Amino acid sequence: MAARTFTINDQLISAREGETILQAAREHGISIPTLCHLDGVSSVGACRLCLVEIEGSRVLRPACVTPVVEEMIVRTDTERLREYRRMIIELLFAERNHVCAVCVANGHCELQDLAIAVGMDHVRFDYAFPRCDVDISHPLFGIDHNRCVLCTRCVRVCDEVEGVHTWDVAGRGADARVITDMRQPWGEARSCTSCGKCVLACPTGAIFRRGATVGEMERDRHKIAYIVAAREQRW
Amino acid sequence: MDISELLAIAEHENALRRPIGIRCCTALGCQSAGALSLKQRLEEAVAEVDRTDIEVIGVGCMGLCGHGPLVQVDPHGVLYEHVRAADAPSIVAALDGGEATAPQGDPQHPFFTLQKRIVLENSGMIDPERIESYIAAGGYQALYHVLHDMTPAEVIDVVTRSGLRGRGGAGYPTGLKWATVAKSHGDRKYVVCNADEGDPGAFMDRSIIESDPHKVLEGMAIAAYAVGADQGYVYVRAEYPLAIQRLQRAIAQARRLGLLGAQIFDAGFTFRVDIRVGAGAFVCGEETALMASIEGRRGQPRPRPPYPAESGLWGRPTLINNVETFANIPPIIRNGAEWFAAIGAETSKGTKVFALTGKIRHTGLIEVPMGVTLRQIVEDMGGGVPEGRVKAVQTGGPSGGCIPAALLDTPVDYESLQRVGSIMGSGGMVVMDDATNMVDVAHFYMEFCKDESCGKCIPCRAGTAQMLHMLDLIRSGQATAADLAQLEQLCLMVKETSLCGLGQSAPNPVLSTMKYFREEYEALVRGERSEVRGQR
Repeated sequence: MAARTFTINDQLISAREGETILQAAREHGISIPTLCHLDGVSSVGACRLCLVEIEGSRVLRPACVTPVVEEMIVRTDTERLREYRRMIIELLFAERNHVCAVCVANGHCELQDLAIAVGMDHVRFDYAFPRCDVDISHPLFGIDHNRCVLCTRCVRVCDEVEGVHTWDVAGRGADARVITDMRQPWGEARSCTSCGKCVLACPTGAIFRRGATVGEMERDRHKIAYIVAAREQRW
Repeated sequence: MDISELLAIAEHENALRRPIGIRCCTALGCQSAGALSLKQRLEEAVAEVDRTDIEVIGVGCMGLCGHGPLVQVDPHGVLYEHVRAADAPSIVAALDGGEATAPQGDPQHPFFTLQKRIVLENSGMIDPERIESYIAAGGYQALYHVLHDMTPAEVIDVVTRSGLRGRGGAGYPTGLKWATVAKSHGDRKYVVCNADEGDPGAFMDRSIIESDPHKVLEGMAIAAYAVGADQGYVYVRAEYPLAIQRLQRAIAQARRLGLLGAQIFDAGFTFRVDIRVGAGAFVCGEETALMASIEGRRGQPRPRPPYPAESGLWGRPTLINNVETFANIPPIIRNGAEWFAAIGAETSKGTKVFALTGKIRHTGLIEVPMGVTLRQIVEDMGGGVPEGRVKAVQTGGPSGGCIPAALLDTPVDYESLQRVGSIMGSGGMVVMDDATNMVDVAHFYMEFCKDESCGKCIPCRAGTAQMLHMLDLIRSGQATAADLAQLEQLCLMVKETSLCGLGQSAPNPVLSTMKYFREEYEALVRGERSEVRGQR
């Protein structure tokens, strides 16, 4: 496999052919914030947090789906990108009802971590305070749409790793919701195998194990990448 | 089918023509104003006077939709407007020197004389429901010529040299796109016609399909030959039932005559076309979302690259062009690249079809050479606004911008419109008079974008909702100057970070009205409504 050499933030970096900017950056300890990206499942470039500047490119590119090109010059941490990332996180907080103090994922939440990382000390936008449902019809798990960021990691892990496709998205724009089967209560979704991979995949406390209380829910997300690696024999 | 059979059909069709033809528009606009019963009454009236030298023909759009139903009588060229079914006998009687009760229009009005009809050459002239009518107008001869006398590379060369650019809005060079698809490797290739026209106030593609569906099919077949595809899809929105019906009929007729299907013109070329009906999502006009929808998945865009030319439908190379782009192809093949390149402006060749709507005297469909000014379109052709003054012209729908009256001398071409903060877009042109508040206009388009955002990427999903909320605050006088600055900042962020064209262009109506009509925003922030005639 051929190698590629390119530059991130003035640092010369080598990458394997076909690797994305995100993969190469992480291998070299350069952090690029992500939310919809999850090791082990396909990338969709939806959260726009990993947007980077590429010299010669008119537009910002998502690092998670942009392959490395020889001699490419990438910037991941400019003033503009920092401001946009903070705005994206603020928009997420304003969009649904994220209350860390009463959340099972408090302290183990990717959204919370991102808010800290981008320096969000307050939200400059008005909160929408939408009415969102909580579905605890499943005997083991529950979903609280107040905390959903629509990253679709549950949809992809269910489809691509478990091979079931219980989860999908219904509705449009701000009305979009992740759903189980044909928008039935999760407990009535007969395709669900109760494998729990969606719980592992969820970045926030939206999908949770029932019985967990505030701040209790820790997850080992590496399990998903591990399962995929084991299946594809990439030890 | 060979060329002699094709010419025989044309000859037979022309022999059927009667000396006097009464053309009655049966496109959707006139239909909704009663054109079908009018056409029936005209036929009855002709039968009553027992004249075999007169025929009534149902035709496609004649252009002046706001004055419909329209009837035109050949060879005299008399145009009747606002025709009611009750007027039918008098129109027939007028051929014998009587007086028609329907008002007469002026076919020499600039609305008609300033037009240059290439895409719409058959529109309002032929019967869109009969393939023979299209063949009599020279139809499918370009396809024959291409299949028998040209290599695919030669076809692409002609299209490239013609200077044709995509009519869907972005203006990507058509020849370059074709060449890319032709060079991409795949066990199969596809041609897709994007007829998911969704901009508010735009009806160009609908009219083209309703008036001349075979022209689009012929253009697609030529494209398929050029890029090496054997399957085509027309993706048309469900809100266009008449267009779908006429397209279905056209495909069935072309199949029956062997002009679509296997072994077209015995040239070893196979091309099938199927219709896919969209379920009403604006975002499905975006090419990657459109392809997802054709494949039966949720209509959501994905990041590009890879572009459809490389990896499109089911991962295969796919050519996607707009209806109007395909409709330009047969005339370009027929008349040559040089002919087409001689029409229009320096970087924008040919003509553009616009749906002229809003506060304007003559609402309708026009086709003008690129490079005419907005002023010629609005004031000369459209006859200006009925009351008050022109305030702004909105082009490009929710992705476009508002051009103030002071800039009406801007020529209509891709680059000039972009320079003034708008876009060519697919051809919607909404004229606004001085009774219009521009913040209301921005709000209208933002509401549209918020409703149509698919929800996949955060900037578009949450950003449009937030921008709409801020516009609400401004309109209700609850916003401060700081909110204006924040709105502007949010607009830039959504523009630069959204995944697809919908989000990237959603802030344009706000940005362009803020640029040219900032005082209206500031007046609302101060708690007053600006000097708008007839303010609420």
